[in-house]
Amino acid sequence: MTATTSNPGTLSAQDRQELYATMVLSRTFEDAILREYHADKGPGFDIGKGLVPGEMHLSSGQEPVAAGVCAHLTTDDAVTATHRPHHFAIAHGMDLNKMAAEIFGRTTGFGKGRGGHMHLFDPDTHFSCSGIIAEGAPPALGMAFAFKRKGGNHIAVSVVGEGAANQGAFHESLNLAALWNLPVVFVIEDNEWAISVPRSKSTAVASNADRASGYGMPGVTVEGNDVEAVHAAAGEAVRRARAGEGPSLIEVRTLRLLGHFEGDAQGYRPELVEVPSWDPIPRYETVLIDAGVLTSDDVSRIKGQASERVETAITFAKDSPEPDPADLLDNIFADSALDNADSALDNAEED
Amino acid sequence: MTTTETATPAAERRLSTSKAMVEAIALEMERDPNVIYLGEDVDAYGGIFSSTTGLGKQFGPDRILDTPISETAFIGLAIGAATEGLRPIAELMFVDFMGVCFDQIYNHMAKIHYESGGNVKVPMVLATAVGGGYSDGAQHSQCLWGTFAHLPGMKVVVPSNPADAKGLMASAIRDDSPVVYMFHKGVMGLPWMSKNRRSIDVVPEGEYLVPIGKANVVREGSDVTVVTVSLSVHHCLDVADELAGSGIDAEVIDLRSLVPLDRQAVLDSVSKTGRLVVVDEDYLSFGLSAEIASTVTDVDPGMLRAPVQRVAVPDVPIPYARALEYAALPRQDRIAAAIRAVMA
Ligand SMILES: Cc1ncc(C[n+]2csc(CCOP(=O)(O)OP(=O)(O)O)c2C)c(N)n1
Repeated sequence: MTATTSNPGTLSAQDRQELYATMVLSRTFEDAILREYHADKGPGFDIGKGLVPGEMHLSSGQEPVAAGVCAHLTTDDAVTATHRPHHFAIAHGMDLNKMAAEIFGRTTGFGKGRGGHMHLFDPDTHFSCSGIIAEGAPPALGMAFAFKRKGGNHIAVSVVGEGAANQGAFHESLNLAALWNLPVVFVIEDNEWAISVPRSKSTAVASNADRASGYGMPGVTVEGNDVEAVHAAAGEAVRRARAGEGPSLIEVRTLRLLGHFEGDAQGYRPELVEVPSWDPIPRYETVLIDAGVLTSDDVSRIKGQASERVETAITFAKDSPEPDPADLLDNIFADSALDNADSALDNAEED
Repeated sequence: MTTTETATPAAERRLSTSKAMVEAIALEMERDPNVIYLGEDVDAYGGIFSSTTGLGKQFGPDRILDTPISETAFIGLAIGAATEGLRPIAELMFVDFMGVCFDQIYNHMAKIHYESGGNVKVPMVLATAVGGGYSDGAQHSQCLWGTFAHLPGMKVVVPSNPADAKGLMASAIRDDSPVVYMFHKGVMGLPWMSKNRRSIDVVPEGEYLVPIGKANVVREGSDVTVVTVSLSVHHCLDVADELAGSGIDAEVIDLRSLVPLDRQAVLDSVSKTGRLVVVDEDYLSFGLSAEIASTVTDVDPGMLRAPVQRVAVPDVPIPYARALEYAALPRQDRIAAAIRAVMA
């Protein structure tokens, strides 16, 4: 295991501004979702009520991971994300309107309201996510396998939390990816907590990056929730994958700024009062301002643009139609050529 | 403060379903040091659906064990520990997650006793949360009890109310066979989820056992038999009360367990009413609703004065959007329509 440090030398001022802007856009989106989610859950808190019902897992604090990794990707590369998917979806360039609409359960959403916030699928950007822990890893292998077979140098990124790194699917995937030399980058978002269970109570090794060597691939740890250090580590892993040198594992020590899901009082979390002071976005803002890369005008412009895009998306979602219960049974199966062949056969018989 | 107020009579003490479940576990843990509880977020958090609130404090981390997110490993561990004389309760946080660990459940937990010619017992409980109705999407809203019941070797209990939650849990822990204990999030009486008034109700104090395999006629009636389990029991009672006003007298049967299935209770009721409605929050096809219908037709189709009505999830993944989810679930409107149809 090698701990990477940030290496601003390789990043241009524009690169650094873009990393910042991606993080701001993600946070702005989630702040708006947070506001809408809680707007109508009362009296008290009823998880099933309101315009955005159900579980809500926000990624605030983890933006450096998504921004640093996705800066190396195009929308021809695949990302399989988790139950906490928004920051990766946004950093990977998914359409904000369709994403908001899905979260509001509307027909204009990515899944026409069938999926919800844990089930965002976008074939245009090769993005998907799953609510079952570690189960996004195996499909990432398949995407990488398909890319490799088709030629070209597209890759797949599999994102999991540190809690997921104790799941069988994760370990099986590391082995198979290395064995078949697949262009995959495994990213572990180590926010220290799996709901109420800290890493120290769930994981036998101090660093999940150490596990990579057991499967014959490089593993690195990025400390400090530092977007530029993530960018550096991901750059090398993505280069390797594109060059046909096989999979890599990156573990990022990051931060869950909020509860596991909305409504989680976090009584189990001793550091709770300190958490807001660890927010990576204001910290990076200060770094960039001090380095002369960002002015306070830039900051307001970037935040202003983010909030305009986000509010447009929220309005789009709210103005979109709700699904019609009469369409409940649509899309269980694909319309397939086989069905058409059947009906062609039927027609032939009638003739 | 002087204690002049009269104590609430023991018989009228009211608890939520989750508190009743926890009480049963605590009593059994006091009674038998071999009982342990393991799963994700069961210690400090007290279970995501309050299945273990306070148990960590009361019994300590040697008996209430937070596990990694490694369901195959810790459910398999429970199986091995059970074969060596412990009585573990393993919690699978949502039944939907069975996919990651099902081999341990159906090829091991359920088969060891049979394969060993009865020489090896697996006295354990697999406790798991089921059900939808709060927009948690296709991977967090299923019931799936029909799948467990289909596979031989596991008892499957599905409590619908606080007293049964207590009595069935105590029986499940004492049972020498593996018991899958499926608690619906909507009957737990959680403060953060809308709930039926019956999810907080009278619970007997002290040792209390409900036998596994005995259905409960929760409402007597003469016109139509409504057979159901879990949260749907509450919905059926709501509808039965409402239809009583329009002259329909429905009998509601809470099966309480799928395995063993109390077929006699169904037959007794249908032989009286001649009409059958089955309400099941699991998927429609190849499941509980057909099993109940064939329970009657296998014996005597002539008992039925009208075709059986089945109200279940129409073979579609549970959708996220509320309007779609409500259309998929057996809610009051669909139950009432089915009862009216069978009466027509
Ligand atoms: C197979 C499976 N087991 C359990 C869960 C319940 N669950 C949802 S999120 C979570 C914690 C995940 O922790 P981690 O992987 O570290 O991701 P984080 O939530 O911290 O982003 C758990 C246990 C699940 N969704 N799937």
